[in-house]
Amino acid sequence: MSEENLLQSEVVVTRRADAESWLRQQIERLSQPVINWSRKYSLFGYPFVTACCGMEYMSVNSPRYDLARFGAEFPRFSPRQADLLWIVGTISHKQAPILRRVYEQMADPKWVIAFGVCASTGGFYDNYATVQGADKVIPVDVYIPGCPPRPEQVLDGLRMLQDKIQAERGRVMI
Amino acid sequence: MAQIILERLQRKFGDAVLAVSSEHGDETAVVQRDRLVEIAQFLRDDPELQLDLPVCCTAIDWYQKREPRFEVVYHLFSLRRRHRIAVKVPVSEADPTCPSLTPIWRGMNWHERETWDLYGIRFTGHPNLKRILLYEEFVGHPLRKDYPVDKQQPLVKLRPVREVPTQRQVPPEMLNKP
Repeated sequence: MSEENLLQSEVVVTRRADAESWLRQQIERLSQPVINWSRKYSLFGYPFVTACCGMEYMSVNSPRYDLARFGAEFPRFSPRQADLLWIVGTISHKQAPILRRVYEQMADPKWVIAFGVCASTGGFYDNYATVQGADKVIPVDVYIPGCPPRPEQVLDGLRMLQDKIQAERGRVMI
Repeated sequence: MAQIILERLQRKFGDAVLAVSSEHGDETAVVQRDRLVEIAQFLRDDPELQLDLPVCCTAIDWYQKREPRFEVVYHLFSLRRRHRIAVKVPVSEADPTCPSLTPIWRGMNWHERETWDLYGIRFTGHPNLKRILLYEEFVGHPLRKDYPVDKQQPLVKLRPVREVPTQRQVPPEMLNKP
């Protein structure tokens, strides 16, 4: 092979570090869809329930609407064991440090759903006590509006989060 | 229904009862702050009144509408006699204090802490007068009418959030803004 052809060929590996990097990229590219698929159907939710939306959260979890059908079966009451944080209800300024702490205690990868208008924007509580949306404290992936949202809306929100997880890139750690 | 309470109060305390009213069956007595403890003791212990249940303690802020600015309101109920009364105490802005009724009704404890928290009425003689709903770092008393309506005091640093423009166009005259 002449030197000119070598330079034009697609894969030129000259150093060990480059080879490892290339191999890692290929493994990530191939394994990412599989890992995303397994992640999106095994979401373990941590319910951070502060207000009346909690009743609707229970309804979504109970047999009639049955969140378990979509692979988000089991509420875990320890942030260490959860990868999906449900913020269900109004977040007051007194609670904001607690919410942030719960979020920081969750292990990566983690996702957040704001359940209802209060968690999304503060709702009609525009006063001294209320945080105007949980996204002012921690990043939020999916917002579900409604006061409270219908269970169908919640299921729709969960499906949107699953689509988002399936589309993720660069979050596999090897 | 509870006219008897007002009559007995006026007969016993005379000038200390500043005003009474009885609208739609809600008997109310406005009393002097100096004699509040004495009056409360009488309301609880008098065999014909027996107001043994402290239902509520709150305040009213008559900012720029009345002098004195505050009124502390006690709601009392008798489980034996089945009658109720509201007792109001005018309190000035310069000296927003009021004697605590916690020694008389133990249930007033948290109600008075709430009134201190939100209105800034200082209850003298209260065993544990500190904020009950808000956090200790909070400055001011939010239910006072001169507290700015949109003022917030966050405990954590808030993240900047990008405003998403709405697709629907709202005519400017429909926006409820000055």
